[in-house]
Amino acid sequence: MKLTSRTRTAGDILFDIGNVVFMIGLMVVTLYPFANMLAVSLNDAMDASRGGIFLKPRVFTLYNYEYVLREASIFHSLMISVLRTVIGTAVAVFCSAMVAYTVSRPEYLLRKWVALAFILTMYFNGGLIPTYLLHKELHLINSFWVYIIPGIVGAFNIIIIRSFIEGIPDGINESAKIDGAGDFKIFMKIVLPLCTPVLATVALFVAVWQWNSWFDVFLYNSSNPKLSTLQYELMKILQTANGSSTQATIGDVLGGNQRGVAANQVTPTSIRATMTIVASLPIILVYPFLQKYFVKGMTLGGVKG
Amino acid sequence: MSRKSYIGRLMDQKTLMLMSIPFVIWLFIFRYLPIWGWTIAFQHYRPGTGLWEQKWTGLDNFRLLFQEEAFYLVMRNTLAMSLINLVLGFATAITLAILLNELRSVLFKRVVQTISYLPHFISWVVASSIIVTALSIDSSGIVNLILMKLGLINEPILWLAEGKYFWGILGVSEVWKNVGWNTIIYLAAITAIDPAQYEAAEIDGANRMQRILYVTLPGLKPIIVLLLIMNIGNILESGFEPQYLLGNGLTADYSDNLDIFVLKYGIAMGNFSFATAAGVFKTVISIALLFGANYMAKRFGQERLF
Repeated sequence: MKLTSRTRTAGDILFDIGNVVFMIGLMVVTLYPFANMLAVSLNDAMDASRGGIFLKPRVFTLYNYEYVLREASIFHSLMISVLRTVIGTAVAVFCSAMVAYTVSRPEYLLRKWVALAFILTMYFNGGLIPTYLLHKELHLINSFWVYIIPGIVGAFNIIIIRSFIEGIPDGINESAKIDGAGDFKIFMKIVLPLCTPVLATVALFVAVWQWNSWFDVFLYNSSNPKLSTLQYELMKILQTANGSSTQATIGDVLGGNQRGVAANQVTPTSIRATMTIVASLPIILVYPFLQKYFVKGMTLGGVKG
Repeated sequence: MSRKSYIGRLMDQKTLMLMSIPFVIWLFIFRYLPIWGWTIAFQHYRPGTGLWEQKWTGLDNFRLLFQEEAFYLVMRNTLAMSLINLVLGFATAITLAILLNELRSVLFKRVVQTISYLPHFISWVVASSIIVTALSIDSSGIVNLILMKLGLINEPILWLAEGKYFWGILGVSEVWKNVGWNTIIYLAAITAIDPAQYEAAEIDGANRMQRILYVTLPGLKPIIVLLLIMNIGNILESGFEPQYLLGNGLTADYSDNLDIFVLKYGIAMGNFSFATAAGVFKTVISIALLFGANYMAKRFGQERLF
């Protein structure tokens, strides 16, 4: 709305200045906590406990990161986080696309029923306890697969992939059919490659969700440290910090995995700051480049949902 | 091809069936079977015993639920936090969308938008870690520091140790995390407003504020009404993660909501039937609200949700 017909009044100019100042304030409030966490994580732990670290480390060190990556339990949880994100995303994208393809075929006799069965699940779910008991019955407790199998297909993902497939000219399918290609071959060779933009959107939604998950770890695998994830490890440290016991030692926090020497050089605060940065870094690095896919998926979902 | 029977035609679609039926089976196991699990709300469920050998108790669990004092407390907390989030969330997102739209520099607008989306993508664990740090009483707690510099308080406040602050902290945290992201849908709606309306208002001598009040806001009205109605169906969904992560024993009287209630009674205490009854209560009310909202949407001449 560029209104050039009239000169800007004093009120207009004041409004513009106020608006820009407000936006700068918003950006500061959004970014400061991350910058502060980064500064604390790059500062010597003992020095940091004196306080007064804001945007710049006072005594610079990479020791906190070295400690976090060397501590076997934390490093292992990081690997599990990466693993569940990679596997979970690949499986979810492939399976959702496959179902979306079948319900986009106008000649498929079961398309309405398959679509309906999925869409209904958007409006209700069984709730925490029945789901928990089901997973227990299926021996998914104490297992890596509880991160993958319950989330392989989502109704929302199917909807946005299907609406994309329906935008592909039908002639491409028809000519492939005439050439003798079967449905699966058409899906793999033609539909999947053409769907890259929408698959990227879905992959991002799923990957962020997988990377950020901690509740399923807490609920199903909390007794098995080998299946812990980074977010869950951070959550445990956070619970100690937020609990009434502010005097928790690093030994309490890291569950007896600490070595005597190291315990003198790190504090729960510095470990928490470091893990907060490690847990958010992949997202901070990736999302600015991919936000247009996110926004597209969001507005599409809003219209079709 | 001559006319074939339904079964015959279905047999021609073996590949499509193979590509979808396994997932429908998965769907029935993982999404529909738990709904059948609602039956344990009407039983005295004992783990380790088969589902068929459970003792049926009728509505006993619901009777117990409505007699439980803690249930009314968590209902109060759930509704309070939902309403605070609803009102704060709407007001801040609409305001921010309008202000973003008024920015003159496209590049600056894009930078602000990109930065404001960031907190939406990080986990609640990371967000809570940030919030706990910002609210702490030691010298890195920026909130206490600023309030003391401004002379509003004399000594640091233990924000997360007192129940009376919890709802406010939660509301502000939700805004911090999601306000940027929530503007997307309003900004999309603003771009759909006919520029001729702004030109007409301009010719009529409307100033900036009047154009916002009489052109932009009325243009947003349909989407605001639609989103409000959709959110009414979610009034019992006050969130789980922030309450669980930011709440503690000292604030439980204010931070415990229906979801945490179910978790505590079900998983922690093993009282599966009782907790399921609370879960069923929540789902049934939510579905009723959703249908009610859909009916209202139709009456107000809005696009229906389904």
